[in-house]
Amino acid sequence: MQGNYLPMDVDSSQGRMGAYMRDHQDKVVGRWTELVVTGLRGRSSAVEVRREFDDLYSLVIRVMSGADEQAAGELRAVLAELSRSRARNGFSPRETALAVFALKDAVYELVTDATDLVPEYLVFSRIMDDLGLHTFEIYAAAREQIIADQAAAMLELSTPVIRLWEGIIAVPLVGTLDSARTQLVMEKLLETLVATGAEHAVLDITGVPTVDTEVAQHLLKTVSAVRLLGAECIISGIRPQVAQTIVALGIEFGDIATKATLADALLHALNRTGYQVGKA
Amino acid sequence: MERVPILKIGTTLFVSIQIDLQDESVVRLQEDLAEELAATGARGVIIDITAVEIVDSFIGRMLATIGSISRLFDAETVLVGMRPAVAITLTELGLSLRGVRTALNAEKGLALLNSTVNGTA
Amino acid sequence: MDELPIRTGDDVVRVRQQVRVVAAQNGLSLVDQTKLVTAASELARNALVHGGGGLARVEVVTSGTGKPGVRIDFTDDGPGIADLDLALTDGWTSGDGLGLGLSGARRLVDEFELTSKPGSGTSVVVTKWSR
Repeated sequence: MQGNYLPMDVDSSQGRMGAYMRDHQDKVVGRWTELVVTGLRGRSSAVEVRREFDDLYSLVIRVMSGADEQAAGELRAVLAELSRSRARNGFSPRETALAVFALKDAVYELVTDATDLVPEYLVFSRIMDDLGLHTFEIYAAAREQIIADQAAAMLELSTPVIRLWEGIIAVPLVGTLDSARTQLVMEKLLETLVATGAEHAVLDITGVPTVDTEVAQHLLKTVSAVRLLGAECIISGIRPQVAQTIVALGIEFGDIATKATLADALLHALNRTGYQVGKA
Repeated sequence: MERVPILKIGTTLFVSIQIDLQDESVVRLQEDLAEELAATGARGVIIDITAVEIVDSFIGRMLATIGSISRLFDAETVLVGMRPAVAITLTELGLSLRGVRTALNAEKGLALLNSTVNGTA
Repeated sequence: MDELPIRTGDDVVRVRQQVRVVAAQNGLSLVDQTKLVTAASELARNALVHGGGGLARVEVVTSGTGKPGVRIDFTDDGPGIADLDLALTDGWTSGDGLGLGLSGARRLVDEFELTSKPGSGTSVVVTKWSR
């Protein structure tokens, strides 16, 4: 795992800090818990927090004693997990980083009277600051991932492939057609072609607000891909303003069939499949 | 070097690419097909790439070339079974393979050839 | 990191296969795997045909947000490319079939770095991230 390592300036002289902290574990963790629970405004029970913190505290002491090389990595890992969990459960960034910074406060209160421990406290403080930043980074990354997952889910939902008729499928495109959307449309469309053996695919762009050169390129790409699987594309839903824009921009749809409505496209595809539509 | 076998069934030549072809084999296939077309007077070629996972610009161009060569022998080529991932990649690469007809599978490819030959398409 | 020599046509196939394995192991979707392997095929062939042979280094990398990705470094000691801008435009050719190689490969990957000077070979580093 990449990342910065803890500033391990901790040597045997720092051992005193570690020992001091160990001797006053109960008092410090108690104060630490108190500070955090107040900050979390009742969203976590004191018992839960105390249990988490007793474990964390032991890890911190191991790091401060300087002898245990793995302790630093373990501490970062535990904090990362804590951070991710907070992010997933909707805690704010401040509430999440609070865990680390509150320990600084609790330890500071402990050493206020022990002036000979000031240099060690400074080292401890720097280590805590680094951990606080680390906690925040993990939190931010976790939140970004949640947003990305939600966006992907939304994209997936808004791109249905419909079976209009035997051998004819359609994709109603709603909203802007960007790169990501196009990729998804192509994947789903092609998979459906393979699954159904359809030879006609209708791309309905009624719901696409603007068709500029970029959107046109995306459409052309999709048509190209569909053709490689032996099917033909029809683009439907061309609104009057869109038609004018397309011509004004000089976009050529060449030999791709384009229709005003989905109904027209369906009729076109049916005719090409050998059906004749008439009233009974 | 692997040589791709060419099967003749009626007036159609069938080629099924099963393995990851290196460039020499690709060129060899092109040569072999040209020879078979000349020797047999086949009217159609079906190239099945259902098992092909990668089509890069070299192989893509080979496929297009085979299409052109076939036409010189008055034969139609149909490329069948392209995988979705391959189609998307080829499109991104900018290769549309216009000039080669395509179908979803060998059965449809054959139907396409027959309709062309009989003049109903 | 895997180091794969590019000296023969079979080596190009081997590069494809190895990149495929690494990409699949590191969370790339099927379409993304296909794009990366295709780009690798283009670039390996370039190294062979125009660079007189070279080397492909495949390694797994991690993004700032912790996502895995695959990075491939293609180097050759060939004549180098005199006009980089031209080489990256669609339709440039220098001999047989280079036409879509570089610019096409660039579209298939997330990151693309080309370094080349006449007389000192060419290096292309491409990266594709998992989503």
